Amino acid sequence: MSAAALDASRSVTEPSALGRYIAGALVLLYAIVTLVPLVWIFLTGFKTPPDSIAYPPKVVFDPSLEGYVNVFTTRTRQTPEYLQSLPPPDTWYDSLVRKRNMVIAGPSPFGQRYMNSLIVGFGSTFLAVFLGTLAAYGFSRFKVPLKDDLLFFILSTRMMPPIAVAIPIFLMYRTLGLSDTHLGLIILYTAVNVSLAVWLLKGFIDEIPREYEEAAMIDGYSRFQAFRKVVLPQASTGIAATAIFCLIFSWNEYAFSLLLTSGEAQTAPPFIPTIIGEGGLDWPAVGAGTTLFLLPIVVFTVLLRKHLLRGITFGAVRK
Amino acid sequence: MAANLGRRLSDRTIAWLFITPTILLLLAINIFPLFWAIYLSFTNYRANKPGVEIKWVGLQNYERILGSEDIWGYLQVTAHFVFWSILLQVLLGFGLALLINKRFRGHATLTTLILLPMMLSPAVVGVFWTYLFQPQNGIFNYIIEFFTGIGAADFTMIGSVNLAPWSIVLVDTWMWTPYVMLICLAGLRSIPDYIYEAAEVDRASAWRQFWNITVPMVLPFLMLAVLFRAIENFKMFDMVVELTSGGPGSITELASINLKREAFEKWRTGFSSAFAIILFVTVFGAANIYVKVLNKVKQR
Repeated sequence: MSAAALDASRSVTEPSALGRYIAGALVLLYAIVTLVPLVWIFLTGFKTPPDSIAYPPKVVFDPSLEGYVNVFTTRTRQTPEYLQSLPPPDTWYDSLVRKRNMVIAGPSPFGQRYMNSLIVGFGSTFLAVFLGTLAAYGFSRFKVPLKDDLLFFILSTRMMPPIAVAIPIFLMYRTLGLSDTHLGLIILYTAVNVSLAVWLLKGFIDEIPREYEEAAMIDGYSRFQAFRKVVLPQASTGIAATAIFCLIFSWNEYAFSLLLTSGEAQTAPPFIPTIIGEGGLDWPAVGAGTTLFLLPIVVFTVLLRKHLLRGITFGAVRK
Repeated sequence: MAANLGRRLSDRTIAWLFITPTILLLLAINIFPLFWAIYLSFTNYRANKPGVEIKWVGLQNYERILGSEDIWGYLQVTAHFVFWSILLQVLLGFGLALLINKRFRGHATLTTLILLPMMLSPAVVGVFWTYLFQPQNGIFNYIIEFFTGIGAADFTMIGSVNLAPWSIVLVDTWMWTPYVMLICLAGLRSIPDYIYEAAEVDRASAWRQFWNITVPMVLPFLMLAVLFRAIENFKMFDMVVELTSGGPGSITELASINLKREAFEKWRTGFSSAFAIILFVTVFGAANIYVKVLNKVKQR
């Protein structure tokens, strides 16, 4: 018996073929269950409003772009007589809206909110990664007094509930005139992201051998040049991964945006729940808006998959 | 120019030049506001009435909060949410990690797919789950009807006093199980094969190998995942606000949601600052104790 076990050609830690098969089937089942909500909201974006509230829920339906038209426009209901008096619709989306006895009144705020998300997201990501790279290099390479305390301080800023931070920030921004501005939101998101950036990038820079810089400095580089021309290129993958994590945080953030901005600078997350149609939420428009909002994140997740673990644990777990 | 500049700077100067901007930013955006909030928590200040004179009220706000049955209720709601969502995520996440660690064909692709929910905006997740939970036509209720025969229109996940606390646990678990899974997977992969091989030579059963090797080796990783999840869920606001906005009644009113009401709807700035400080001290204190325990477990 024991001889057979030891004699087996495969390693004892290798699972059997059957074990693998069962494990694969179970994980596949979980993946299907967990993806149903996402697929469903994606499909809802291509339904008509009646189809979206049909019972039983429709899996097969005639696709329509009504949700996408609705998320980008505001519409007003008109009498059939008035619609009769109008010239025939110019565009496919005009005719789509007229079928519901409505005319397009103008663009919705969705486009602007999406732009705001991009501006705030990229602005805060750039600043956080810039500051974070410098600080991470400082912590990684030099003797800094109270290093561990400073690093823990940087991390501990993430433990405050966002609403708790928002109360004094709200008062501060009101005094400084930063309420409802891109700059105000960018500064705040930078502050939140920089803690992640420092911790992640310190890990990445720690992994670059010091000998590279030392060799460059023997060749006549200054410390600053060695940082720019040796360390930065070596850390580029880590910097890119960190940037994507910062971007995702800024893109997804809701509480600060809700409390500190309103019409001008507000990002997309607080807007999506307000896409109201007649008689409650316009689900296809919500589906369309959600799909457009989540799609970049899905792409980034696939790009990031090798570095995800580091990102979500502040660099505490690396492999 | 840069070369000249760089040459003149000592390492010490560069270190400070590099670190100071970050520290200053955090002092301005986190520490200064924190002290401001501490000051406000001893006053009766209301942010919607900036003209009114600020009155020092001492510990009155803190006494009111700690003596308020409502606030203890919200903390219980939060505790229920944190406990059950993390328990489910640990069980499911660890289980999934064990399965994925069998390295069947296609496990890498499936892992990436499973990870998607945790990358999404929690507020937007809350919004679309209200759609899935629609009692008449939501896909969730329909699937439950399909498998159990309970009528889809006979129950409502977010409108019922009994089910609403579980609906927020369910959505959070859907979203964050992959998080625990990913960290557990890293733990499993950190166990060297030779430990199992040695156990095999000693003829330890698979059950004993699991409890004596796998569990203790993964434990530090699992505890780290629990720490991060617990901090996040204790602060939870966005997903639950969009899903239930604390309802029905105040059945799912988490501490953060109530804090937002006090601070930005009732504008009791002083009172809510005190509440915020209490929440922060709780998280900070608990996290510190937990990290000490975690370090002991790691050293074993």
